[in-house]
Amino acid sequence: MKTLVWVEHDGSAVKDATLAAVTAASKLGEVHLLVAGSGVDAVAKEAAQIAGVGKVHVADNAAFGHNLPENIAPLVAELMASHDAFVAPATTTGKNIAPRVAALLDVMQISEILSVEGPKTFTRPIYAGNAIATVESSDAKLVLTVRGTAFDKAATSGGSGTVEAVSAGGDAGISSFVGAEIVKSERPELTSAKIIVSGGRALGSSEKYQEVIVPLADKLGAALGASRAAVDAGYVPNDYQVGQTGKIVAPQVYFAIGISGAIQHLAGMKDSKTIVAINKDEDAPIFQVADFGLVGDLFTVVPELTGKI
Amino acid sequence: MKILVPVKRVLDYNVKPRVKADGTGVDLANVKMSMNPFDEIGVEEAIRLKEKGVATEIVAVSVGPAKAQETLRTALAMGADRAILVQTDDEVEPLALAKIFKAIADAEQPGLVILGKQAIDGDNNQTGQMLAALTGWAQGTFASAVNVEGDHVSVTREVDGGLETVKLKLPAIVTTDLRLNEPRYASLPNIMKAKSKPLDTKTPADYGVDTAPRVKTVKVSEPPVRSAGVKVADVDELVAKLKALGVHS
Repeated sequence: MKTLVWVEHDGSAVKDATLAAVTAASKLGEVHLLVAGSGVDAVAKEAAQIAGVGKVHVADNAAFGHNLPENIAPLVAELMASHDAFVAPATTTGKNIAPRVAALLDVMQISEILSVEGPKTFTRPIYAGNAIATVESSDAKLVLTVRGTAFDKAATSGGSGTVEAVSAGGDAGISSFVGAEIVKSERPELTSAKIIVSGGRALGSSEKYQEVIVPLADKLGAALGASRAAVDAGYVPNDYQVGQTGKIVAPQVYFAIGISGAIQHLAGMKDSKTIVAINKDEDAPIFQVADFGLVGDLFTVVPELTGKI
Repeated sequence: MKILVPVKRVLDYNVKPRVKADGTGVDLANVKMSMNPFDEIGVEEAIRLKEKGVATEIVAVSVGPAKAQETLRTALAMGADRAILVQTDDEVEPLALAKIFKAIADAEQPGLVILGKQAIDGDNNQTGQMLAALTGWAQGTFASAVNVEGDHVSVTREVDGGLETVKLKLPAIVTTDLRLNEPRYASLPNIMKAKSKPLDTKTPADYGVDTAPRVKTVKVSEPPVRSAGVKVADVDELVAKLKALGVHS
């Protein structure tokens, strides 16, 4: 099987999520890459070094500069004439482009695969990970997105892919990029952080969140999260929300502080490697999933932890 | 401008999904069902565009069993003008849904179609993008702001690491993310009024769409269970446990 993997990049370097997609694709067969963008020579060279990569298709065109799916999807669909599977990381970019490709090919996409069970059989989470479905495609070609935390990252060196320019495609003329506000914070992003410190309703106010949660996160170089209750109470902005309707996270260590553990929240964080719960209610459901639980008053325990860690 | 708003009836987000013992799916018998939360945000956004004078009519559409009527009545009570139920007891995949919505869009000629970015049951996150491909329209997915300006719509999108704004030619497809708005509750008088708003019933065959699944569910299983770990006595013990994992400043 010949696979075509979407290389996610920022214009100068390959993003990590691509490497997990390469690993997933390599379980299906030959791995070809697509680097699309504007002025992407450096990215193409870097991509060709990824272990196990065959051909690297490079589509260098101003129309591909901002990952507009209206321009990219027809390009991918054209390249799919000579490939059997399109594989993209399940990032916001991958999720934006892949289904558009799938519909152009008249294929049902399989989203966020967790494992490859056979040439057309995969597992994927449904109901925010509360159930795992094993699914089998009957389409002639495959379109897949890959959950980054479920696959090892392919090595970034040792490969010797051959770079080949693609001249197909252009501007569909129906969309344009206006601008972006990418948060340039020292703090890691919630969905890719190794450590997350989340606060819940028990904090009582936005000030207490800043006073108690933020210093611990700072000390550990962690991302900040919150329960839906804390978001609804206005302690933190909406994009902090971890849970079924917020962000699904799977860090190495997840601190749930003053979070009771509603189903909604558990759905978003229960795949974390280690869960630490701090709550004054010893019967809080969060303790049923926590690896380390500490029953105590968060207002004294957390500053002490911050001091001692 | 007309706005088309697809809505799906799903297991309520506060109910814990239980996998059926025979591994064929999730048990939906006698559990609370509600409108998919992201679709609710879509309905709200359409109503706000109507209140601003941008939209003139809101048509809610649902593909599902007879009971999906309740979901459509909720949309009507919130402020949609009329509804179409495409009735089927089969589970319809995103690709077939997109084909049905394409046929409805051909008939209704909306300026915007606003969908939830994903349904919280299948978590596919595909239908909006697929509809955009089939119509050939532009797509603004994971929207946190939508502004119609003449013959364009500008959509601010929630992307990894921040926000991005794109300008799309109308007609266009928008899919909603959480921060777009906070949906209103329907008032009792509006719930009563919704009962007399028009609701058409169709079938997928009326739109010439074959809903036979392309992807077979082999089995559905419980995720690996997390067992409770240990309770630590104090902060010192917690710090020691964390340090053993390599977690320290």
